[in-house]
Amino acid sequence: MRIAVSAAGPGPEAPAEERFGRCACFVIFDEQGNVEEVVDNAGKTAPEGAGVLSAQSLLRRKVSVVLTGRVGPKAMRALQAGGVAVYTGIAGTVAETLAKYKSGRMQPATPSAGSPGAGRRAGRRDG
Amino acid sequence: MNICVASGKGGTGKTTVATSLALALQSEQHDVTFLDCDVEEPNGHIFINPDIREIENVFIEVPEIDHTTCTFCGKCADLCAFNALLVAGDSVITFPELCHGCGGCRYFCPAGAVRLTPKKIGTVETGAAGQLRFVRGRLEVGTALSPPLIEAAKKKIMPRGITVIDAPPGTSCPVIASVRGSDFCLLVTEPTLLGLHDLDLAVQMARHLGVPCGVVVNRAQEGWGIIHDYCRRQDLPVLLEIPLSKKIARAYARGVPLVRADKTWHDAFRQLYRAIGEMVAGEGTYCHQR
Repeated sequence: MRIAVSAAGPGPEAPAEERFGRCACFVIFDEQGNVEEVVDNAGKTAPEGAGVLSAQSLLRRKVSVVLTGRVGPKAMRALQAGGVAVYTGIAGTVAETLAKYKSGRMQPATPSAGSPGAGRRAGRRDG
Repeated sequence: MNICVASGKGGTGKTTVATSLALALQSEQHDVTFLDCDVEEPNGHIFINPDIREIENVFIEVPEIDHTTCTFCGKCADLCAFNALLVAGDSVITFPELCHGCGGCRYFCPAGAVRLTPKKIGTVETGAAGQLRFVRGRLEVGTALSPPLIEAAKKKIMPRGITVIDAPPGTSCPVIASVRGSDFCLLVTEPTLLGLHDLDLAVQMARHLGVPCGVVVNRAQEGWGIIHDYCRRQDLPVLLEIPLSKKIARAYARGVPLVRADKTWHDAFRQLYRAIGEMVAGEGTYCHQR
């Protein structure tokens, strides 16, 4: 089982990031809590559909749990379709967030979590 | 002759200028179309009062996946610049609200599993007010993609005659879709730092598109020369000044076009058109392209 945490920096000591689609990177752990991989989040700079791009990248990497702060409805739909469990309520750092999850203190995200276009363009028009 | 009225900053008086220009020219027996490309909030009709006679739906084509033939290779998701598709295990999820309708997913699908289905993005409405032809695009509520609708509205431009295009504010994709291909871009601004800042962006945009441009200063006041100073430096002509006046503001508030509120504006706008005509004829004189 692989667990991804949305992070502001590339390692377990970096602050965990509240935003799923716009975080700097994902730190991916194995079940024992070893860092398996750090992935730059392509969604960070995407003009639109950041959460979808982030979700696609995690699905390709066979992640089964995501720990984050907020997930928009499109990313949520994508992660659920891929059978990924999403938990919200991050702690200060990435490592602390993982510990919080392991102690069962994070909340399973509901499908209605978040609203679209919370990112850079905040749902504004564009071509 | 297609003249696009744009601004950079919102609320500078694009619609005031565009409607008055169209009305002044139409009364001079020209064959004139007013084209409202501000499809998110079209409001030229308030000044023009047209009878709408024809309403056409405008669609883009969005993907639908045949899951029986799809191999879930993810090529479509990789290809899509707007992240409108995603492969999750043995399903492909589509997000039509992100799709720009390019059709690339179908074109490149190795399994032929993508079918395109129409999605309505708005309407193009055609009508008239007296001899003035009136066209406007109206974006469907909940749709964020206006350039294809603007393109559809611009298809109504008559090859002959004059079309005055009322562009949306700003300098992003919808404005570029409106300005592109015009013979001239009339930039309406106001003598404020905000007006100046956004005018500069709009001038750069018009020059990038290779469309010659000139400036209208709205709410002009004696002693506020920041726009004139800028235009001098940029070698841009100030073609018209509309003063800050209670009389004009009153007419505007009642939805009375400038040319109807005060007949002297009639001549001013016809003069404006002649100046534009001369600039287009001698193109390159005022607008240095990069």
